[in-house]
Amino acid sequence: MRTLVISLLLLAGTALADEGSIRLKEGPGKDKVMANCIMCHSVDYVQMNSVFLDRNGWTASVNKMVKVMGAPIKDEEIPQIVDYLTRYYGK
Amino acid sequence: MRYHLASIPEVNAGEWRLKIGGEAAQSPYELSLDQLKSNFEQVELAAVCLCSGNRRGMFEPHVTGVQWGPGAMGNAKWRGVRLRDVLAKAGIRKEAVEVVFDGADGPAIAQTPDFVKSVPLWKAIDENTLIAYEMNGAPLPHWNGYPARIVVPGWTATYWMKHVIAINAVSKPLSGFWMNPAYRIPKGRFPLVDRFVTQETEATMPITEMVVNSLMTSPLPGQKVRRGSIVDINGIAWDGGYGVNRVEVSADGGQTWHAAGLGPDHGRYSFRQFSVKFRPDKIGPATVMAKASNRIGATQTFELIHNPAGYHHNVVQRLTVEVV
Repeated sequence: MRTLVISLLLLAGTALADEGSIRLKEGPGKDKVMANCIMCHSVDYVQMNSVFLDRNGWTASVNKMVKVMGAPIKDEEIPQIVDYLTRYYGK
Repeated sequence: MRYHLASIPEVNAGEWRLKIGGEAAQSPYELSLDQLKSNFEQVELAAVCLCSGNRRGMFEPHVTGVQWGPGAMGNAKWRGVRLRDVLAKAGIRKEAVEVVFDGADGPAIAQTPDFVKSVPLWKAIDENTLIAYEMNGAPLPHWNGYPARIVVPGWTATYWMKHVIAINAVSKPLSGFWMNPAYRIPKGRFPLVDRFVTQETEATMPITEMVVNSLMTSPLPGQKVRRGSIVDINGIAWDGGYGVNRVEVSADGGQTWHAAGLGPDHGRYSFRQFSVKFRPDKIGPATVMAKASNRIGATQTFELIHNPAGYHHNVVQRLTVEVV
């Protein structure tokens, strides 16, 4: 029965890059991202969305994490996270 | 594998219990893994498990979410027991409208909505909806939902709860983030049959069955092929459980189409392999396309049916090979 399974995961390309090999770029705010974001999801989410999101997009994304997913990010740290994402992973 | 929540336990099968209940069940009870396997008739079927967001990364205009390519899927033989048999033992009352699944995985922080999903009662008691504990003849691997998961053949993977620990029959529609606003499609835009009426709003409905679709696995985009040689075009096709009965392939950008040969039929919920040979006779780029149809006459679209969450991308795939 094993022959029936065809693993297609390799075809997903960059969306499924080995997350262990992904390191976020160094820069101000990275520590806030590491402290607040990756407790719930892997860093590849940042990378895979980097080609699409500008400042407004990253702002919406971080706000969704706080308001919908309940991420306990301090208000004063939100701009630092958005700045980092926009500068290093912005469209 | 895709999980929504970060706290994913290694389940100890000896301690695992499946609780069956809900306010629309007369006699709630629980099952050990041994009891699940031995107290009900065992069945096996092949079925595609496909992420609702498969191919989301190919949406134009872009939509947010995991930027999946075409790979968020798998096909396997699932062995387990019928959910309907397990529910029947709990005595489902006539006011039941949905059956709710919860898994052992949970959020990393309490504020994150737990991943809980429901299906309409009619789908829960479909004879093909299973509680599966084996995949391809072996115990479910951890990442596939060990020791038991829900299998909802024909429907997208959001309903296929991994590490299931609770099944509840309820008399009111389930609310919560993962039912609404998540996993929603605009009403009336897709040629779908299955509805989930208790969850529908004026504008949206939950995603239900997979749309008919196909994926060429060879040749690869940009591959060089020799003029006059025989080139195999291979791939797989699947749908929401009506059964793929036709795949047409074009090697000239859609001007002419040829019926592909279909591989073994593993049942209507399984994907179906297809293959066709072509002999390129002109030097230069050649555009290869594949289009699947199913037994109810549904076929793939040539233009994306855009929707905010990036679901149901079944645009006919095009790839270009270089004839040298």
